[in-house]
Amino acid sequence: MSSNKKYWKSVEELNENSSIVETLKQNEFVAEIPTDEFLGDKDTLEATSTTRRDFLKYVGFSTAAASLAACEGPVKKSIPYVVQPTEIIPGVANYYASTIADGFDFASVLVKTREGRPIKIENNTMAATNGSANARVNASVLGLYDSLRVQGPKKEGESISWNTFDAETNQKLTDLKVSGKQIVLLTQTFASPSTSKLILEFKEKYGNVSHVVYDAVSESAALDAYQAKYGERGLANYDFSKAMTIVSVGADFLGDWQGGGFDSGYSKNRVPDHGKMSRHIQFESNMSLSGANADKRIPLTPTEQKLALAKLYSYVVGGSVSGNLPDHIEDAVKKAASQLKKAGSNGVVITGIQDVNAQTIALEINESLSSKAFDPKTPIKTRQGSNNAVAQLITDMKAGKVGAIIMSGVNPMYTLANASDFAEGLKKTDLSIAFSMKVDETSSLTNFIAASPHYLESWGDVELKKGHYSLTQPTIRPLFDTRQFQDALLKWTGNDVSYHDYIKDAWGTTILGGSSFNQALHDGVYVGSIATETEGTTIAEEAVETPSGNAARALAASAKSNNELELTLYTKVGMGDGQQANNPWLQEFPDPLTRTSWDNYLTISKADADRIGLSNTHVANGALNGSYANVSVNGATLKVPVIIQPGQAKGSVGLAFGYGRTLGLKEEMQTGVNAYALYQNFDTVQSVTVEPASGEHEFASVQLHNTLMGRGDIIRETTLEIFNTSDRNVWNKVPTVSLNHIETPVTSPEVDLWDEFDRSIGHHFNLSIDLNACTGCGACVIACHAENNVPVVGKTEVRRSRDMHWLRIDRYYSSEDSFVGDNEKKDNISGLGSSLSEFSEMENASVNPQVAFQPVMCQHCNHAPCETVCPVAATSHGRQGQNQMAYNRCVGTRYCANNCPYKVRRFNWFLYNDNDEFDYHMNDDLGRMVLNPDVVVRSRGVMEKCSMCIQKTQKTILDAKRDGREIKDGEFQTACSAACSNGAMTFGDINDKDSKVAKLLKDDRMYHLLETVGTKPNVQYHTKVRNTTEA
Amino acid sequence: MKKSYQSLEVNLTNNMRQVIHRNLSKNILRLCLIILVAFTTSLSAQDGDPVKGKSLFNANCAACHQLDKKMTGPALRNVEARLSDEHGLDREWINAWIRNSAGVIKSGDTYANKIYDEYGGAAMTAMPQLSDDDINNILAYTAEEKKAPAAVTAGAVGNQATTTSNGISNEIILGALAILFALLAIGLYLVNKTLRRFATVQNLDLPEETKTTPIWKAFVQNQFLMLVVAIFFLLASAYFVFGYLSQIGVDQGYEPVQPIHFSHKIHAGDNGIDCKYCHSSARVSKHSGIPSLNVCMNCHKSIYEYNGGTSPEYSKEFYDGEIQKLYAAAGWSDADQKYTGDSQPVKWVRIHNLPDFAYFNHSQHVTVAGVECQTCHGPVEEMEVMYQHAPLTMGWCIDCHRTTDVNVKDNSYYTKIHEELSKKYGVENLTVAQMGGLECGKCHY
Repeated sequence: MSSNKKYWKSVEELNENSSIVETLKQNEFVAEIPTDEFLGDKDTLEATSTTRRDFLKYVGFSTAAASLAACEGPVKKSIPYVVQPTEIIPGVANYYASTIADGFDFASVLVKTREGRPIKIENNTMAATNGSANARVNASVLGLYDSLRVQGPKKEGESISWNTFDAETNQKLTDLKVSGKQIVLLTQTFASPSTSKLILEFKEKYGNVSHVVYDAVSESAALDAYQAKYGERGLANYDFSKAMTIVSVGADFLGDWQGGGFDSGYSKNRVPDHGKMSRHIQFESNMSLSGANADKRIPLTPTEQKLALAKLYSYVVGGSVSGNLPDHIEDAVKKAASQLKKAGSNGVVITGIQDVNAQTIALEINESLSSKAFDPKTPIKTRQGSNNAVAQLITDMKAGKVGAIIMSGVNPMYTLANASDFAEGLKKTDLSIAFSMKVDETSSLTNFIAASPHYLESWGDVELKKGHYSLTQPTIRPLFDTRQFQDALLKWTGNDVSYHDYIKDAWGTTILGGSSFNQALHDGVYVGSIATETEGTTIAEEAVETPSGNAARALAASAKSNNELELTLYTKVGMGDGQQANNPWLQEFPDPLTRTSWDNYLTISKADADRIGLSNTHVANGALNGSYANVSVNGATLKVPVIIQPGQAKGSVGLAFGYGRTLGLKEEMQTGVNAYALYQNFDTVQSVTVEPASGEHEFASVQLHNTLMGRGDIIRETTLEIFNTSDRNVWNKVPTVSLNHIETPVTSPEVDLWDEFDRSIGHHFNLSIDLNACTGCGACVIACHAENNVPVVGKTEVRRSRDMHWLRIDRYYSSEDSFVGDNEKKDNISGLGSSLSEFSEMENASVNPQVAFQPVMCQHCNHAPCETVCPVAATSHGRQGQNQMAYNRCVGTRYCANNCPYKVRRFNWFLYNDNDEFDYHMNDDLGRMVLNPDVVVRSRGVMEKCSMCIQKTQKTILDAKRDGREIKDGEFQTACSAACSNGAMTFGDINDKDSKVAKLLKDDRMYHLLETVGTKPNVQYHTKVRNTTEA
Repeated sequence: MKKSYQSLEVNLTNNMRQVIHRNLSKNILRLCLIILVAFTTSLSAQDGDPVKGKSLFNANCAACHQLDKKMTGPALRNVEARLSDEHGLDREWINAWIRNSAGVIKSGDTYANKIYDEYGGAAMTAMPQLSDDDINNILAYTAEEKKAPAAVTAGAVGNQATTTSNGISNEIILGALAILFALLAIGLYLVNKTLRRFATVQNLDLPEETKTTPIWKAFVQNQFLMLVVAIFFLLASAYFVFGYLSQIGVDQGYEPVQPIHFSHKIHAGDNGIDCKYCHSSARVSKHSGIPSLNVCMNCHKSIYEYNGGTSPEYSKEFYDGEIQKLYAAAGWSDADQKYTGDSQPVKWVRIHNLPDFAYFNHSQHVTVAGVECQTCHGPVEEMEVMYQHAPLTMGWCIDCHRTTDVNVKDNSYYTKIHEELSKKYGVENLTVAQMGGLECGKCHY
């Protein structure tokens, strides 16, 4: 029977008597085709001497000419230097040690340059100071080639010359000096000895000058606490490689807590060695990287965190605090305290609560434990901002007391909750100058924009920790007509030397103590002992409470619960404070936990979401949608999409900074909402009301299935107790198949379909991934992007699962309390009814799940399923173990991707370079300068995937051949293994029996992903071991 | 370090100059020899030996001095006479100056200081090793009369004459042959005509042609043959279409006109300069590198004119003009002997264009394997204009990898792998292919 359904194309059709519908029915082209316009009027046509035949001749000739011209190959020009710099050899990379210090990220790095272009950031292994290159630092090289950079100084939006800039600003500053009005330098944390010296000189010259240091995401409370206790503005340093028991209360120390960079120390003790590994207990409300890596994670609201910390203090140090915690938290605090006491000096407590009392308590607990990991003597200098000073400045500006404001490295109009107050104040200042790389929210409102260089074009010095210095050196001649802040200060103080000479001079007199400056510059780091001149920045004037047991009581007293939800603002691993929002690599970088890119969102617990009426749904094309919610704090309201986050403490919500930028970035990058609007009084914890809002948000999430559903062969996991006491067959059993009714391990040749090739001669590469050491930080993902010219595809394409990441970090939640629980539940399923109900239950993550990260890239199977199905033999296996992909041979059938059990092959659906539809860095000449010339840029219709950095292994081999020597262990690196400072990735040659990776292959914890399939991968994984031992 | 480099440069220039002279065309040499002998007899009576002096001059002085042209130092033609006539300086002063010019300047000598200032404060290298005899010989050489241009013109004219005479003789032979053929054809026609006349006279019956189907008609009517021919044509055209398609992008023989006519024949051939002197990055990099202009100027600072063999197409004036182009690009003022700073990079047309998806590394082939540049680039030393010698197709690469042995000598990287692999394959020497040189991923990534 035919259907009676009626389909209509518009509402108008429902109206029976509509004239429009009738017209449209008869008339396909509604508007008349304007033939007259292009044919011309009759008179001209008749007057013309061009006949129809002539016309055809012209058409014929031009077509022929065009096709003839197309036959000829393009003439390529090759233009050598007139005078070739001695250090540049075309085709050979140079490395320079430098330092990034953008006010949020501080790290010693190596910059790889090709033909004078910086193309990649790598770790400086000489730098002992914490702070290796994280995902953002790895991506920072792309900021150099940002097409929206300011290309020269500007005044009120008009381009001017530096001479005009100098003349006008000098005049105004001199006028202000005479009038005695205040001149304010509002800057990021430079932590730079020479800049401090320079600012002192500037103060001397202009008199009424104050320097306000402003960190977008403030650590003021911790700084104040440290200052009150130790008399110096800094942050206590922690070396987690010396800690066996780590208790963190709301501190995401594997993320950006107190400047970050603690993860490599942390990872050292996470790998079980001689039966021992550290124990990590995390109390937190948002699910953070630290919580995901913790052995025990207790979700609790920020208010409860305060109480928990106070109680922890009372249990460890002594004294009593009032207040009640829910039983399970109370119990966890007690257990944590007893473990801390047992660990003694091997224990450490840290907190991320933005409260002076809380920070003081953490310092005091560590002192009383005499914790080895706690190092107050060499404080971290990378955060120096003061909330009160900034607040004072805004008041002064509004009162018209400020004559001039000179900003560098800050964007207060974006990062201040009370940006409108700042804007009002800005109008009342006589002179405002912003040193900025962009016409951003702030610099667009200032009188002058002083175009400033990227750090890869600048000189600089940084004191990362007390006595630990690093140098920044330019690795390319400035691309634009820029001048850095320090050079401008030199000009204003009437000093003719360049900043480079100034640093050299300053270091020679104060820091180096006779050591060579060139050596320090070569190494990029220098560890000195002499204290440097410090400039007294404007700091909190309020009296800080005296540290004692009082702090704990005060903290407990301040922990007032209310019925509203508590919001914790945090920074994402991928975006940080939002400086690099125009960086497509970072935008497309999936958040390690939510696996969502191109967005920030409100994370909320399932219980709260159900209560309020918020939901996440999966739509038909396999993408994730989420409800919107209105989040209000003291009148400020944001409409934010919602993601239900397993492990989010009930009664709490989370929102990331760094999104919602509006100026100085491409339209594609204008994603998310600006969470700084809710960052009132620089407090990351806010009481909020959350209400459902209309509409549905489309997320670009790369992983929708959150749980493993008991598939223990993907992530193998065990506890330290079982690991220490049982045989490997108990916790890391090689899967077996039945061969003639005898259970035979799948690794044995008898059950293999394929003949084994002899791989014992030459190199045989293996990549080892230790799930214990991997924190999920994602530095490898960006390093892979940079090394292999991986294209950015944009939000809509990611939504269609067309992301191009060669290396992804899968994140799994357990659906029971632990992954082991999942396995047991799955094993105990019997019968159809049970399987239907219980399997669907297992799809949902637990309220407080265990989390595991697993980096997955091409596994380079020795028996690769992809190779056998390629109809054109575009993918084949090399003797060195690499699964090779010949892009120019690939015809794009995608059979290989279908046959890959690991789903690591990526298809180029479009031409991603030089295509306006994908307006990211590969679409402009400037952005393309970051491409690695040794790796081909793939075109449309081609399959691509991880090559195990064959260009790097081949380079290592060639270097050895040229030198006529053997290759030492550790020389072979992939981009990901080189970027991993946590020791989670080890790359090398397993035919070199003494190599680290060959030993790892024999390790008891080693297993291969989906070993049952029998693909014999060349990527090893190492079973995750959790230290669940209580007490 | 820097010093040794400089001296290397000087040596090289000297060597090259000698090479230039050695390779002058025989005509010139002969002419010169005659003239020289004539002069030698007349001059040796006076003082030193100009022949010895010439070689001394080339070895010691030519890096900075020319006879008739101001270079780093002044022109030296008749220097002795000039000094004594104009400045009243004697042989003793000259000796002192040559052996230790700095000392003379220091002593406050007026002329010495004048010269020193005139040449931008560049002191002349002290030559204490030169004996009085040596200086005598050198001065004798500088006192020779200028004679070169006449010789060169004579040589050039001579060359031209020979080439034209060759051309004419070829034409004559061709013309003679053509006339011969014409005569034969006429002869045949005449014979035929005579025979026919005989036949009519003797009343002989000429055989009458019977009417048969013309061969082409028979051919068209034979369907089988038509089919075979059609198939043949289809196959043949497919063959040619395939051939045409597969040569797209293969630019073997590509010989573009370059902005400066740089003759590899003169540099690598006549003067025998090592390829890697200019293309130095071929040793260490994936690119062979086009030399930057400062490399050219290492030699061309003192080589301002071309003195080698010429042809009608490429005359001395032409080559000298090309050197001037180089000077313009490098911003070198030959008159003032200094850089003006106004330089212009040369936009060479790239000849060897490997596609982006193929990775090729020069250092692997040049340094590790020790492959001669000519293996892939052809007889560069004979190329007046550089062209692409090899097809640069994958098949061409692979063929070589299949037949070439890996150069494992004195390379401890290969020791272990070569021993094991050669045992496995049971061969003495491994080819590149056996070493894994045919794997896709070795060149495509």
